[in-house]
Amino acid sequence: MTDVTAMTATQIAGLVATGAASAVEVTQAHLDRIAAVDGRINAFLHVDTEGALAAARDIDARRAAGEELGPLAGVPVAVKDVLTTKGVPTTVGSKILEGWRPPYDSTIVERLRAAGTVMLGKTNMDEFAMGSSTEYSAYGPTRNPWDTDRIPGGSGGGSAAALAAYEAPLAIGSDTGGSIRQPGAVTGTVGAKPTYGGTSRYGLVAFSSSLDTPGPCARTVLDAALLHAAIGGHDPRDSTSIPAPVPDVVAAAKLGATGDLSGVRLGIVTEFGGEGAEPGVTAAFNEAVATLTKLGAEIVEVSCPHFRYALPAYYLIAPSECSSNLARFDGVRFGLRTGDDGNRSLEEVMSLTREAGFGPEVKRRIMLGTYALSSGYYDAYYGQAQKVRTLITRDFTAAFERVDALISPTTPFVAFPLGARTSDPYQMYLADLFTIPSNLYGGPGISVPCGLSDGLPVGLQVMAPTLADDRMYRVAAALESAVGTFTPPAL
Amino acid sequence: MTTTLPAYDEVVARYEPVIGLETHVELGTNTKMFCGCPTDFGGEPNTRVCPVCLGLPGSLPVANAAAIEATIRIGLALNCSIATWCRFARKNYFYPDMPKNFQISQYDEPLCVDGYLDVDVNGETVRIGIERVHLEEDTGKTLHVGGATGRIHGATESLVDYNRAGIPLVEIVTKPIPGTGALAPEVARAYVTELRDVIRSLGVSDVRMEEGSLRCDVNTSLNLPGQEWGTRTETKNVNSLRSVERAVRSEMLRQAAVLDAGGRITQETRHFHEDTGDTTPGRSKETATDYRYFPEPDLVPLAPDPAWVAELKAALPELPRLHRRRLQQDWGLSEADMQSVLNAGAVELIEATVAAGATPAAARKWWLGELSRRANETGVELADVGATPAQVAELQGLVDAGKLNDKLARTVLEGVVAGEGSPTEIMTNRKLEVVSDTGALTAAVDEAIAANSAIADKVRSGKVAAAGALVGAVMKATRGQADAQTVRTLILERLGVEG
Repeated sequence: MTDVTAMTATQIAGLVATGAASAVEVTQAHLDRIAAVDGRINAFLHVDTEGALAAARDIDARRAAGEELGPLAGVPVAVKDVLTTKGVPTTVGSKILEGWRPPYDSTIVERLRAAGTVMLGKTNMDEFAMGSSTEYSAYGPTRNPWDTDRIPGGSGGGSAAALAAYEAPLAIGSDTGGSIRQPGAVTGTVGAKPTYGGTSRYGLVAFSSSLDTPGPCARTVLDAALLHAAIGGHDPRDSTSIPAPVPDVVAAAKLGATGDLSGVRLGIVTEFGGEGAEPGVTAAFNEAVATLTKLGAEIVEVSCPHFRYALPAYYLIAPSECSSNLARFDGVRFGLRTGDDGNRSLEEVMSLTREAGFGPEVKRRIMLGTYALSSGYYDAYYGQAQKVRTLITRDFTAAFERVDALISPTTPFVAFPLGARTSDPYQMYLADLFTIPSNLYGGPGISVPCGLSDGLPVGLQVMAPTLADDRMYRVAAALESAVGTFTPPAL
Repeated sequence: MTTTLPAYDEVVARYEPVIGLETHVELGTNTKMFCGCPTDFGGEPNTRVCPVCLGLPGSLPVANAAAIEATIRIGLALNCSIATWCRFARKNYFYPDMPKNFQISQYDEPLCVDGYLDVDVNGETVRIGIERVHLEEDTGKTLHVGGATGRIHGATESLVDYNRAGIPLVEIVTKPIPGTGALAPEVARAYVTELRDVIRSLGVSDVRMEEGSLRCDVNTSLNLPGQEWGTRTETKNVNSLRSVERAVRSEMLRQAAVLDAGGRITQETRHFHEDTGDTTPGRSKETATDYRYFPEPDLVPLAPDPAWVAELKAALPELPRLHRRRLQQDWGLSEADMQSVLNAGAVELIEATVAAGATPAAARKWWLGELSRRANETGVELADVGATPAQVAELQGLVDAGKLNDKLARTVLEGVVAGEGSPTEIMTNRKLEVVSDTGALTAAVDEAIAANSAIADKVRSGKVAAAGALVGAVMKATRGQADAQTVRTLILERLGVEG
């Protein structure tokens, strides 16, 4: 048998379904791979060896009993540490939740189990999903398998790196401003942000409630679509979950894989041009546009005049919501408690706990958000940002009257060296320049590898209208069929 | 501070009070506002909790449809307009009894606005404007141990029970109420009483102040006639109807003393003390929290369908004030008689007794007479005196059937109150039934006539009133179990006299 860790999820599921490999064998192979390489990558914060093998044995027993299993049964998956896992540590990359074992599973994790996937463990992330490099994790940065001196993107760098390092064939991420797509782009993997409300946030430790969207990460578009179908759909425990069926993303990925995009009209956003992206990224993107044209797509330019305000609006809305969402981390009921020596007041203990438990980027955003929501500033900041959000939504709506989907580079630059942007928050924030508009609008977006720049992966983003997630899978799969997948140098 | 307080009459002669009330009502829904945990009172601490009402990371709220419906019904009963679109908002502040360190409430977009409630005070109707009715979640309960005051400052330990956290809470805010003068304390009490009755009639809460399912904050200010309204204070911890009245009065006296001395009223919250009947300062405006309200992003906006709201409105029960008016008419009571029924807290008891078959007059007689006296003697509410409306109706039925006379009925009622059983059971067990066997009675009558021949002669000679002594003798011989009217008829028959 060839090395299963090099296989796609689709291939692995086929092996398990036919009995050519057991789920336990598949799981063990991935656990071995993690043991071999994760010391250099730090993609995982917690590897749940026992839980994974138990789940794999269960799948094998059910298959042996003749049970009909789903299309991803027996496939290992890595889960970003932002999702609660019953009895399994969930830290959100923060010291403030060190050692916390949630008493309940998130909806996404429940659905992963129901689909018969095997959870390998929890992946590293920027603390509370705030960052674009995974360097803000309280547990050390994750390294990019393409070059371990470079960042794997963020906040979901752990999930993306686990895929690129062949530690897992599937992973779950969460995307608030680009945290699935940008790590996908810089690691040469696929990352999709579903329509907001298309995947349940129940059990997703909130950063910014109106933006957070859990979604699939994989090494191929079809694998991502299969994972999307398994975790998506209405959840009554999340009020913002949309009571509509998941678009048939798997069929769309298969249709796209035929390499035919005739009749599909794609838009390039005028405002994303100019000095936005570095030259290598622009070159790879332009080449991909040429490829898409060859596949039959019609390419037009569309103006989205308010996209230029997306970044500032995002950095008011997301921190505002985060300042409230993160208030519950006070040492009273769970997680870290600092300074409770019997002499200090409750307020002092809360302050000391938050001082010790939160890292600098989290504190920065809590302060930004607290200020933006405070009496006398609300209208000028939070209120104004909401108006911008409405204008951006209108830009999208108008654009989608002309085109089926929008395309752009996923991120302006390839994986940068560790430490290159940590001293300048604004330089870090620019990583999400092209991904943030979709979050503000609520529509889906996917990043698919489109080429290399100086030996490092470049991603192309496809943005679709809300609840038209299938469209982006079709375009991404078509591009993938033309340019192939990208494999990093051996570790 | 031991300032001598001015006399109340002098205060209301010099100043005009403006009051306002904020009332919180815990809804009696089966489950909490944003999760499926049960809401019933009591229970071991922290046993009625889940990830949502504990605010665990990752948990999300889902709004309780029954609570939204109950709030809209309250709004309709208070003559409010119901929003066609509104949102929940987060009220951010740190406190250990708030699991998320924010409360899901409503801010500038409440469910119900701009209504009124008419209340009767001393025979006059006062219309209280309702500013808003909104829905929010209750907090947990904190017990501060080790301090002198029972408050967080000075405590060595704080214990938190989250059973109450997330119970649906409706906040009802009045508009400022000027112009009530010396009656301000009574108006405040009458408003809370009426509000309680309205909400109880809707069946959406048990509205018990002693259990905290109805809680009240009282705003009070004083101004000189013709001048602008004064600075107000907000008195919290007002936990009974009597305290509502006392808190307003006490705050009026305190403020008058400050103003008389040339001082200024500080805008602040004050705590009411049941034992002393006065208030002490709490938070002042200068240190007030900035709650940083913003629309709750975890919940979708509420958009009650106007057609549905119209259905709810049409299905509202008869509201207490109209209901009382109707009862007063049905029962044929004067204003004063109705007032005494109200004062005794007997309206519902009489109504239920009538529904069980008694006449309004008989029902009123028992509840306002014998049973009120007992309730007063034993210091319990009339409803808790030990007799039910059904039992009272049954008792009256026995009287009407001639099986009990008034005196025997009182004895049976004693048994009922003592928990001996139903009136019929007690009558039978204690052998209290009126002797109606005329054979036995005739013998007793003959004996009485024979033993009192002089009186018998008087009766025969036409002094019918003298028969009373013979009746008394028969009653004595039958230990009161004879029906006095029957005895009298028999005696007159025996003596050949027309009655």
